[in-house]
Amino acid sequence: MGRYLSQRLVQGLVVILGVTTLVFVVTRMIGDPVNFILPLSASEEQRAALRADLGFDRSILSQFWSFLSDAVRLDFGESTYFRNEDALGIVRRFLPKTLQLVVAGMIVAFVLSVPLGAIAALRPGKLLDKFLVTLSLIGLATPQFFLGQVILLFTSVKFNLVQFGDGPWTHLIFPALTLALPAIGRLTMVVRSAMIDELNSQYVKAARAKGVSRRRIVGVHALRNAAIPFVTLFGWEVIRALAGYTLVVEAVFDWPGLGDLAILSIRERDFFLIQTIVFVVAVMVVLVNIVIDIAYKIIDPRVKIA
Amino acid sequence: MSGTATDEYSAHQHDVDEALLAEQGMEGRPYELRASTTGLFSELRADKAGLLSAVFLFIVVFAAFAAPLLAPYGPVEGNPSTSSIPPIWADGSWDHVLGTDTQGYDVLSRLMYGARTTLLIGLAVVAIAGLFGVVLGLIAGYRGGRTDRWLMRWVDVQVAFPGLLIALIMIAVLGPSMTSVIFVLSFNGWMVYARMTRGVVLAAKERPYVEAAEMVGCRPRRVMFVHILPNLTSSLVTLAVLEFARIILAEATLSFLGLGLQFPEVSLGVMANGGRDAFFSLPRLAIIPGVVITLIVLAVNFLASWLRVVFDPQEREKRFAAGATTAATTVEGVM
Amino acid sequence: MIDPTPVLEVEHLQIDFLTRRGTVHAVRDVSFTIGRGETLGLVGESGSGKSVTAQALLGMIELPGRIVGGDVRWKGESLVRGPHVRRTIERVRGQEIAMVFQDPMTSLDPVFTVGSQVVEVLRRHRRLSRKAAKARAVELLDIVGIANPTERISQYPFEMSGGMRQRVLIAMALACEPELLVADEPTTALDVTIQAQILELVAELQQELRLAVLLITHDLGVVAGVCDRVAVMYAGKIVEDAPAADLYATPAHPYSAALLRSTPRLDIVLDRLVAIEGAPPDLRRPPAGCAFATRCPFAIDHCREEQPRLEVFEPVPNAVGAGDAETLEELEQPARTERTVACFRAAEVREEVLS
Repeated sequence: MGRYLSQRLVQGLVVILGVTTLVFVVTRMIGDPVNFILPLSASEEQRAALRADLGFDRSILSQFWSFLSDAVRLDFGESTYFRNEDALGIVRRFLPKTLQLVVAGMIVAFVLSVPLGAIAALRPGKLLDKFLVTLSLIGLATPQFFLGQVILLFTSVKFNLVQFGDGPWTHLIFPALTLALPAIGRLTMVVRSAMIDELNSQYVKAARAKGVSRRRIVGVHALRNAAIPFVTLFGWEVIRALAGYTLVVEAVFDWPGLGDLAILSIRERDFFLIQTIVFVVAVMVVLVNIVIDIAYKIIDPRVKIA
Repeated sequence: MSGTATDEYSAHQHDVDEALLAEQGMEGRPYELRASTTGLFSELRADKAGLLSAVFLFIVVFAAFAAPLLAPYGPVEGNPSTSSIPPIWADGSWDHVLGTDTQGYDVLSRLMYGARTTLLIGLAVVAIAGLFGVVLGLIAGYRGGRTDRWLMRWVDVQVAFPGLLIALIMIAVLGPSMTSVIFVLSFNGWMVYARMTRGVVLAAKERPYVEAAEMVGCRPRRVMFVHILPNLTSSLVTLAVLEFARIILAEATLSFLGLGLQFPEVSLGVMANGGRDAFFSLPRLAIIPGVVITLIVLAVNFLASWLRVVFDPQEREKRFAAGATTAATTVEGVM
Repeated sequence: MIDPTPVLEVEHLQIDFLTRRGTVHAVRDVSFTIGRGETLGLVGESGSGKSVTAQALLGMIELPGRIVGGDVRWKGESLVRGPHVRRTIERVRGQEIAMVFQDPMTSLDPVFTVGSQVVEVLRRHRRLSRKAAKARAVELLDIVGIANPTERISQYPFEMSGGMRQRVLIAMALACEPELLVADEPTTALDVTIQAQILELVAELQQELRLAVLLITHDLGVVAGVCDRVAVMYAGKIVEDAPAADLYATPAHPYSAALLRSTPRLDIVLDRLVAIEGAPPDLRRPPAGCAFATRCPFAIDHCREEQPRLEVFEPVPNAVGAGDAETLEELEQPARTERTVACFRAAEVREEVLS
């Protein structure tokens, strides 16, 4: 297990390095960030001074090298938008809100998709199955921002619910549900088709022939086997939510998280902040991947470690 | 996945009856598999949701691509004097069936032009990402060894980091335009094709007929295109269709966040973004494009599931059996 | 040894499969019985309905298949219909009737240890404690000839070879000391040396446990050494049901005869193997007459017009030729000697075979 983990960790480092490099290169192509920081009236001397101060006057390679060596020490420089504030500190301030949203959303996705998919798989082709499948398809077809908007509209306007930002419902549940819905749709379909496959498999037939109860066949044999594809895709959904879709939900619900911060920093060309956000997200993605790998290994004895 | 089971069953029963009529007098003849020539359409006919989706998509595509001919107005034709006209169901007039937005532009016309852009982006991305991914997957799968390892590591790195955040950053760099949206979405979307193609190639390489072709001296490229590629078509078509749906959602999301296409360009996502400004006063401006996007994506998904059934005879049999479950009354065992 | 009162009676069993292209009449009026401790071989090519018949014995016919007629009775109780079917099947499955499948590679749940899967049966039917069940599982693995059973028990199926897995499956089937073992092509997926070992194991266990066995196979060679009786199936019907020795010596149905000619045998040197010309009929539209008529060299018009019934076929005294005596010695003499054949031309067939 130890060797396996360290191998995974190395792969994760490659991903983090790849992504940060990509973002570094891409952001340096934006053009002179100094123009965004200083007002138009600033003199050429002021610009040059700031440029030298931020290190933008050096060659790309030397900038990249100092970026990397700073990153290793978790020093990502200061935000240019939030003047003189440590970029990592800002990210740390916004991160909990996003994690809260992602964790809540993924719990909802897990808790709903597993039983719904399994129920649908028990009698494929029957009315309940068709209903659940159609519902799942609608779920994964609805753009998240649209779903969020509709929820906003109904809660705050039509039904005159509490002003936004109050109470647990508006506070966490609706954004989390919005984040989770497409995942629920996709995961329900995955659980369903995996369960159908397992229930039609030869070992289930053999288990029936030995007289194993239906409850045990569905709940122990089929579910454990169906968990193998499910775990991979669930990990995918967590990563998706973390590295993207929380952005949309945060934008719709004015949720002061990392996604909101990311959009702001992109708009304001805040290089150091963008890089920090990407780095932090990449680290989280890698960690999620490792957790998924371990879970996968626990569920499926055929997966070889080391 | 669709329709009602009983309808499906009766439609199949109809086929069966026809087949029986046609084959009367063949009793006792050796068993032979009849080629299914009418398979595609009888399958679509049996699949209500698939048929409905196909019809809906046909209308959308037609309206979108004929927008310059059909649309009552241009996408940015109007002025403040025509702004915020309600739609026909809320005391509007036939001049503006879906009303106008806050700028005074006709919503229906913008919808048609917007769908045109969105569909074009979807097609372009599927074509570019698909081509790139398939070619790389073919190379990786067929060459194997070090080439395979490096290409797949590249895929792994990119896959490990799904794209929205990267896409936003890249678009900010490239400047928001249709070309950059297409580029960025292709950059983020080719990996699935590569992985799938590689998988199919690896499986096909083991098949006796490919080995046989290699042994009689077919050149690698010929083996690849003549013997391996045909295996890909069915899964590739289904994947491309599903990716198309995903791209439509992605475009809408980028534009909604204000980092996709920009005014005066129009896409479904741009309209959704436009609807944000007057969201609480004129929610229909956000709801109409939102519903259209949802319906298109839903229809594409239904179509994909129909395709899967058409391509997979086993799936067809399963479907039939599922239909038969409701039609037949029978002794069910303990299970 | 063999108790002639049947434990299992299959009567006029009919099973249909609903497919898109029509209803397939997979089993058409099949009747046979198995006595306590008797071994019956059910032989036929793929698609003849033998596996489906076997599954019906455990109430495992599921849509798209369904039993449309006839009955299966286990010690007098119906496994097909009646108010208590569900409970009867639940009691019988895995406990009184056990089944071993063709494919040992996929018949075990891949994510559980083989031990836990054996324990599962024991705990289900025998209500043993976890510890007792485990001890018994080790014992069972030992009985079916698995070396190091205490270690093997905590292994996963993927860590075992095909033959080993089939042994595990047999151990599982025997866990509750069943009275009937249904073995559906238990050796088809295994290589030849392992095949022989598994068959030997089944024969041994049958002797020791006084087990009735229904051995389903497409291979007459497999049946030869193990079975008391053989029922030959063709196109959803039993065409001949006879003591194994009789069938081998003088097949009375042209299909049995053809099948024998197409089976490689070590004991009789044939000039060449003879393949059966043509293909079996489409069971969506079963023929009006004998299903084998289109491929049968003996067929006359009558065969094509009327369905021959399974009727008692009187063996001609001294019909067994001197040349066959050697092979016959090795075959155990069955308790039941009657023989039934569904062929209008059975007499001619036998004459041809004997000449």
